[in-house]
Amino acid sequence: MSTAIDIRNVVKRYGLTTALHGISLTIADNEFFTLLGPSGCGKTTLLRCIAGFEDVSEGDIQLFGQNIAGLEPNQRPVNTVFQQYALFPHMSVVDNVAFGLKMKGVGPEDRRRRAGKMLEMVHLSAFADRMPAQLSGGQQQRVALARALAPEPKVLLLDEPLSALDLKLRQAMRVELKSLQEETGITFIFVTHDQEEALTMSDRIAVMSQGHVQQVGTARDIYEAPVNRFVADFIGETNLLDVTVESVSGGQARVILPGGHVILCPTTGDGLGRHLVSIRPERLSIVADGDLDVLVERVVYLGTDLQLLTRLPGGEEFHVRLQNSARTQPPAPGNRVSLHLEEGAARLLSD
Amino acid sequence: MKGVRHYPGFLAMAVGCLVILYAPLIVVTIYSFNDSASITTWGGFSWRWYADVFTGPEAPRFKAAAWNSITIAMLAATTATAIAIAAAVAMVRGGRFRGKSATFALINLPLMVPEIVTAVACLIFFSTIGLTTGYMTILIAHITFCIPFAYLPIAARLTGIEDVYEQAARDLYATRAQAFRLILLPLMLPGILSGFLLAFIISLDDFIITNFVKGAGMETLPTAIFGSVKQGIKPNIMAISTMMLAVSVLFVTLSYLANRIGQRTRS
Amino acid sequence: MAGTAPKAGKEGGTGYRGIVGPLLLPTWVMVGVFMVIPVLLMAVYSFLTKEFRGGVIWDFTLAAYDQFFLSRGLFGDEPPRIEWTYISIFWRSIWQAALATLVCLIVGFPTAWFIATRPARSRAVWLFLITVPYWVNLLIRTVSLKFLIRDNGPLNESLMSIGLIDGPLPLVNTNLAVQLGLFYSYLPFMVLPIYAAVERYNFALSEAAADLYASRWVTLWEIVLPIVKPGIIAGCILVFVPSLGAFLAPDLLGGAKTFMIGSLIDEQFRGSQGNWPFGAAAAMILMTLVMIVLLAYARAQAKSEAR
Repeated sequence: MSTAIDIRNVVKRYGLTTALHGISLTIADNEFFTLLGPSGCGKTTLLRCIAGFEDVSEGDIQLFGQNIAGLEPNQRPVNTVFQQYALFPHMSVVDNVAFGLKMKGVGPEDRRRRAGKMLEMVHLSAFADRMPAQLSGGQQQRVALARALAPEPKVLLLDEPLSALDLKLRQAMRVELKSLQEETGITFIFVTHDQEEALTMSDRIAVMSQGHVQQVGTARDIYEAPVNRFVADFIGETNLLDVTVESVSGGQARVILPGGHVILCPTTGDGLGRHLVSIRPERLSIVADGDLDVLVERVVYLGTDLQLLTRLPGGEEFHVRLQNSARTQPPAPGNRVSLHLEEGAARLLSD
Repeated sequence: MKGVRHYPGFLAMAVGCLVILYAPLIVVTIYSFNDSASITTWGGFSWRWYADVFTGPEAPRFKAAAWNSITIAMLAATTATAIAIAAAVAMVRGGRFRGKSATFALINLPLMVPEIVTAVACLIFFSTIGLTTGYMTILIAHITFCIPFAYLPIAARLTGIEDVYEQAARDLYATRAQAFRLILLPLMLPGILSGFLLAFIISLDDFIITNFVKGAGMETLPTAIFGSVKQGIKPNIMAISTMMLAVSVLFVTLSYLANRIGQRTRS
Repeated sequence: MAGTAPKAGKEGGTGYRGIVGPLLLPTWVMVGVFMVIPVLLMAVYSFLTKEFRGGVIWDFTLAAYDQFFLSRGLFGDEPPRIEWTYISIFWRSIWQAALATLVCLIVGFPTAWFIATRPARSRAVWLFLITVPYWVNLLIRTVSLKFLIRDNGPLNESLMSIGLIDGPLPLVNTNLAVQLGLFYSYLPFMVLPIYAAVERYNFALSEAAADLYASRWVTLWEIVLPIVKPGIIAGCILVFVPSLGAFLAPDLLGGAKTFMIGSLIDEQFRGSQGNWPFGAAAAMILMTLVMIVLLAYARAQAKSEAR
């Protein structure tokens, strides 16, 4: 697989503040790649550096082997779907979609035909002559997508494109985006703060925080094997516990939880002493005689799940999720229950 | 209970305002159609004073003055608008730069200095550099004091246009010039139109500065009218006033429509 | 933040940062050469010696300011006393302008409030009606007003015909006429900024005050006025400053007794009786007064923004 984008040690400073601290990422051709992180983590800044709206302070960005630093946005074969769509309000839908082609010097007839095809692809052929203001949010979103795809960019950049849509539409668009990416074979770089969006669509995800890339991997990688506290905490729900590693042998660490329980965790290192462990709440089940005992304080009904708010013997809060099925008999608050840790439920973190 | 928005007497004040603002204009309009040569008695409806404006003894003077006024307003408003567009783009889109607040003060200087002071300063300047007072000096002075009037609506409009449209255009392979011409300029158009109309009216209206820098023998409509009025208000002046009033109303309407269009295209 | 990353570098990709200089050059040249330099030159002129047929002799002297502030007797041989002639003209102008501002405020605030509380449709109509006079030539408006209030003008005629008065009210050439003229000239400048402030006012605050037992007028005084104060101050400045240097209203509607700064300055540049250095000095003093007002405003503005 060839490399679409190679980001090498990119630093971005605004005066005294540093938005990106030496980011390095390699994004493969044909990949659906997501930059995931909370607001202010630098993901949008990185996207804008790729698009050419911001200059990088250090490092460089290569697009299919060509260094694009110093190129103006209009000289870069990448297109952007903007967060608020940025459809030109004074142009019709078809003129919006054809704009990039026009700028590239495509003749009027060719332009109209290809714009028409793009509109067909996003199911908006009937709206070609409408003005953007006459479309719903979801329709505007699809026009923005058609407009960015029309010039056949090598890479498509999407800046939180679904954030302005309501939940149902957002879920439908996720599927549509993913199949569009597979259909066109264009590399997508998708920016979002919504982990569900990231997990459902991406081939690979880069989790960012405070201008650093924390972890890069598939959805399964970052969920199942978070490398640090930030990733474990940011992706999904988890119990983070301060623990002591007593001994390591054969890739298994003996870990003492607060309150005295001892569990086994897979580990790659051999460090003893104080560590952090992440235990996913849905990887636990109530058994007669399990790995740890907790005191149930409250049971929250979530529809698909039941959430148990419990405490470890040491007093730490500990969350447990049980799937809500006819067979589930939730324990009553005030009771002690014994929990079984599934294989891989607990993860030792580097910090 | 009439709600917290209601205050007794405020309606009367508002109506009173309109009466005071409009009464003189309406009276003059009515009397401009007075057939009687005496301005105090009503002698029936007539167009005679309008005819007098175009064919009477003062007609050549008024025609020349009107021509000067209109051409100066046209040239001054166009030039000032062009200058103001460039300035607004730099001020709104140029990020932070050294001398920005000084430039802002400079743009607004003509608004802050009293007109009579500007008039004196211009007269002294033109006489010192030896520029003969006349058409040229009026035009230069008008361009200068029209700049802030053209600038304010344009900058206000531009501030309301998110830069994301230009970014989208640049992303779609438009050069900076293309992004300006195809995206920013059309989006700014309502502001540009407002600015131009305002500058045009301000130039057309100006009396004090023009009166100082016009030199002998040169007249614009306001200075011609002023000269005439000094000898008493004659019916032909009322006819001219009514026509200028009509032009003003036309301009406000245009500017109002420009704003309406502007609001429609704002996403 | 995702959407609002600090703008720098290519300042968001619109690419105008590099050409700010060329874009602003025309403004700098026009305003610099034809506004700043003339005002500086005017300052220099105020220290020159007058030439009798208008114009100046390039000899530096304080004569113009001396003439303005001090009296040294007919032949300049008496000890200097304060000369009240010009100071009182300035004082009268300031007083007239302040009074006009106050009247505009008293009438303009209720009007602005009333307009801002109309439903959207009729609000647009009211706003339109208030702005139209602003677009009408000031000279024409002043002449129209003079025509209306003349001794044998329509106002007096109709008042006499309905028997309200016996003889014509002597309005023209009085302070009242000048007041009316200033009020009439600059009223829209008061209404529009106050309107803008009231339009942004959150009426739920009035409701909260009413809920907490404040009467309508107490609410107006305690809640509304402090909040819309910036609009009121802006309106007052916009009326006061042009009123102070007004020329047309006092010249056309007033007489010798209502002589204001504008006419005093104008006179110095007319024909052979003129005195350019003295006119320049009077203009300098007027500009200084205006700048003091504007600076005080700017400082108050900065203060309230800092809070």
